[in-house]
Amino acid sequence: MAVSTRRLQKELTDIKRDGTPVGIELLSADDFATWYLSVEVLGNTVYEGEKFALKFRFDSQYPISAPAVQFVVDGQYQAPIHPHVYSNGHICASILSTEWSPVLSVVSVCVTIQSMLASCKKKERPPDNDRYVSRAPENPKKTQWDFHDDDV
Amino acid sequence: MSSDYEISDDENYSYEEEEEEDEMEVEDYDDGSASEIEVDGIGDDFKVPGGSERKVYEVDYMSLSQPDVEKIMATDVNYISGIFGVEPAVAAQLLRHMNWNKEKLTDKYMDNASQVSVAAGVDLPPREPTPPPPKASSSRQSSTGPTRTARRSVAETSKTSKSTKRVASPAAGVQSFVCPICFDDSQTETMALMCEHRFCSSCWKEYITSKVRTEAECTITCMAEDCNIVALDPFVKKALTDDMETWERYQELLVRQFVSCIPHLKFCPYPSCTNTVSCVSAATKSSLLTMVPIVACSIPTHVFCFGCPIDADHRPVICAVAKMWLQKCRDDSETANWIKSNTKECSKCQSTIEKNGGCNHMTCKKCKYEFCWVCMGPWSEHGTSWYSCNRYDEKASVDARDAQARSRASLERYLHYYNRWANHEQSAKLSMELYAKTEKKMEEMQITSELTWIQVQFMKKAVDVVFKCRMTLKWTYAMAYYLSLGNEKELFEDNQRDLERAVEELSELIEAPIDPETIMALRQKVTDKTVYVQKRNEIMLEDTAKGYLDGRWSWNATVDGL
Repeated sequence: MAVSTRRLQKELTDIKRDGTPVGIELLSADDFATWYLSVEVLGNTVYEGEKFALKFRFDSQYPISAPAVQFVVDGQYQAPIHPHVYSNGHICASILSTEWSPVLSVVSVCVTIQSMLASCKKKERPPDNDRYVSRAPENPKKTQWDFHDDDV
Repeated sequence: MSSDYEISDDENYSYEEEEEEDEMEVEDYDDGSASEIEVDGIGDDFKVPGGSERKVYEVDYMSLSQPDVEKIMATDVNYISGIFGVEPAVAAQLLRHMNWNKEKLTDKYMDNASQVSVAAGVDLPPREPTPPPPKASSSRQSSTGPTRTARRSVAETSKTSKSTKRVASPAAGVQSFVCPICFDDSQTETMALMCEHRFCSSCWKEYITSKVRTEAECTITCMAEDCNIVALDPFVKKALTDDMETWERYQELLVRQFVSCIPHLKFCPYPSCTNTVSCVSAATKSSLLTMVPIVACSIPTHVFCFGCPIDADHRPVICAVAKMWLQKCRDDSETANWIKSNTKECSKCQSTIEKNGGCNHMTCKKCKYEFCWVCMGPWSEHGTSWYSCNRYDEKASVDARDAQARSRASLERYLHYYNRWANHEQSAKLSMELYAKTEKKMEEMQITSELTWIQVQFMKKAVDVVFKCRMTLKWTYAMAYYLSLGNEKELFEDNQRDLERAVEELSELIEAPIDPETIMALRQKVTDKTVYVQKRNEIMLEDTAKGYLDGRWSWNATVDGL
């Protein structure tokens, strides 16, 4: 069995048995290629009452290579307005590219994104949103991210 | 050994001594190929008399194989390992981290050994007095393995110190180890770097393979999140035990990293070639202003310029000028010149107008202003002299026409050089095509006539020379475009003209129909001409190279670095 399948199976078993951290829910995991999870930011934050969905795409190299993670933008869900999140749902976060480590998991990525949202003080789109979105590749992993600020 | 390093106190990080030593060793076991090192890479089949020693337009260089470079690296590694008292693998990583600058590494290491070691990933950061990582309950620990705690701590201490994020000690899982990456509990072989982040061997192997193969990365850090410890060479080798191909690729990457750090070394740019060229005289930027360092690795056809990636051989023009010329050809500054010289602006609304026929009575399409194309003045003043303008030139229109004349002259000048530049490139390509056809014919001739294979080879040599000289000619036009007017330029253009004439004559001979009756006469003619053309090419290159050394050339534009 491929490592990615075994690893995802194990992650799924863990989620089913131990549940997910507060504010994170598994929406669907019908196969070992694409999963959806929802993220809510708890407590008194700028995203109070909002619910977002994350789409995970795995290739056969997972977890050696990072999953492709983005916010779902459709009729039901919108991408959060955040300086590191583009309106097409792409996320500029170092752990999803250069800082990815194979010990990270689907749940830990959700937790990191949750805390990224939680520490945001002001709802803003990235300054280059329009430029990026008009030319962005379909898969955010194909973007060469340039990480300029670590504050948020 | 120590004498090697006493000379390296200058800024320029010199390997000269080691290379000389190396060259001798190469001769010892490189089964005769050492002689190639001395040879000018562009196979001179037709030797011009006295052409065995190095010519003024050539540079001294040496081709090194991968093992040669590895030996130079090993010398450095042993030196550092000796004075720091560390393992060679550690010394290698320290050097890699400092881009192989031994002096800088020694200074920094003597100053603060642990700081350098941590930054290079060969030592753990000093433990900060933080509370131990939060321990999960034992039942959870055994069920999900160490990552669970790691994940929690990621969430809780998102941006705090590294030590709290470290994956929990593997001691807990010694009996039933579950690899935190693949979650396979049947794996028996595990590996960990000094940070003790333990993973199964197959995950390590996959991770290292992916780094080496897809990312071409030779600095491989621990798989644990935020862990900066680097996998040293013995560890990588162990992980890749049964994948020699990747291990070899890794070693090549190490050599490439080293070569990229040393100014007088360059990796051969030809695909899948692993040779390195050492060229001490072209190692500095300023040296590139007085020479065109065309080199080749031990494979004679792998010719490249040591100073730039523009063209394999752009002699006689130096890198900076060749670059300027290509940029000029690519940008549209000449488009602007064309517009300036072929159009006029409506003197009322400044729309750009091109006159493509008709009389001089113009009516601007945009603002309906009526004017005279010749003097640009209002048409109303022209009265009845309908189709000719004989009005006295106002100063303004004189100026406008001067400016137009200047742009036109500049455009014409550029096109003069560009056309010839492009023409030689095109002709060089065509002569190669022609050769392919000729070769077929020659093969037939070997069967029908008494000529032997060797006797019909003159054609190949002639085509090679034509090709080479056309490349020289091509670049002489780029050079001439930027040369300032004067006697020097005239002499340059005389040489250029002589070479061009000779090349065209040889070209014509090659294209002549081949006839078994006359082939011997043709052969003689072609061979003579080939030698002559080669000589002209030599004169051209020699004179320009000397000119650089004497500072004879002056440019009509600002050259980068001058």
